[in-house]
Amino acid sequence: MNLPEFLDMGRHAFYVWGSYGVVALFMLLEVVLLVLKKRSLTQSIARLARLNRG
Amino acid sequence: MRIFTKAYWLQLSSPKAFYPIADKSIPWLIAATILLSLVGLYYAFIIAPIDYQQGNSYRIMFIHVPAAWMGMWIYVVMCAYAVIGLVWNTKLSNMMAAALAPTGALFTFLALWTGALWGKPTWGAYWVWDARLTSFLILLFLYFGFMSLRAAIDDPRRASRASALLALVGIVNIPIIYFSVKWWNTLHQGASITLDKAPTMESSMFTAMMLMTLAFFTYTFAVAFMRVRNEILEKEKNSAWVNEIVGSDK
Repeated sequence: MNLPEFLDMGRHAFYVWGSYGVVALFMLLEVVLLVLKKRSLTQSIARLARLNRG
Repeated sequence: MRIFTKAYWLQLSSPKAFYPIADKSIPWLIAATILLSLVGLYYAFIIAPIDYQQGNSYRIMFIHVPAAWMGMWIYVVMCAYAVIGLVWNTKLSNMMAAALAPTGALFTFLALWTGALWGKPTWGAYWVWDARLTSFLILLFLYFGFMSLRAAIDDPRRASRASALLALVGIVNIPIIYFSVKWWNTLHQGASITLDKAPTMESSMFTAMMLMTLAFFTYTFAVAFMRVRNEILEKEKNSAWVNEIVGSDK
């Protein structure tokens, strides 16, 4: 099986890649959002700690 | 043995003790997820043969079934944590219940989404109001209800208690989903894999599906721990130990 044939998925490309693509996208997005959230949390905690120390 | 003492487990159920455990296990869980999905995808697309009736569209099964299993399984685990929180008032179990809900909702949505995209070429319709599909849609709404009820109540203890009750009532939906294909005459097919019979599919297909299930499983714990970690940071931001951890990160 060559690459264009593989990507075509026997003319089911839209359904197969539409499924796998959306699953991968949402799973990645969840991880990225959680990492960004942690970054902003640690930054604000560090800022507060500095302020408290004066 | 220390692990057999009650004090050990109570100590682990405190956010302060759990934080480093979550922190250390997250990179391993993510590494396992990547590895399992890469091998799983290799089986799903390269090794598993084409289906003689459905062509390649059947390959959606390798993520559709694991996502659906996760949607149901996470709901049961979330309920278990919520009940533990309800009975013993342990902070961490309420946090775990809350942390699992968005991921459970995500997998439930993905099961419905991939199911729609599989239904179109196979049944000719993205959606039908069949018992399996409808009860699964209700599962999604139960997750939404659990999350919005928690978010709507300001007092965290009352929020945990109310949402735990809602989750508990909603658990009747899980056997309904599972048995819907037996109890009603549904368009959705019956289970190909059950505990009491050998799987009715080719072994490479079975391997692909199990690998993707394991990948989703490690993923679920990775993101749930990440969410609990954020929750702990937010709730305990004024405590000395959090300030110490954040200070040492820089």
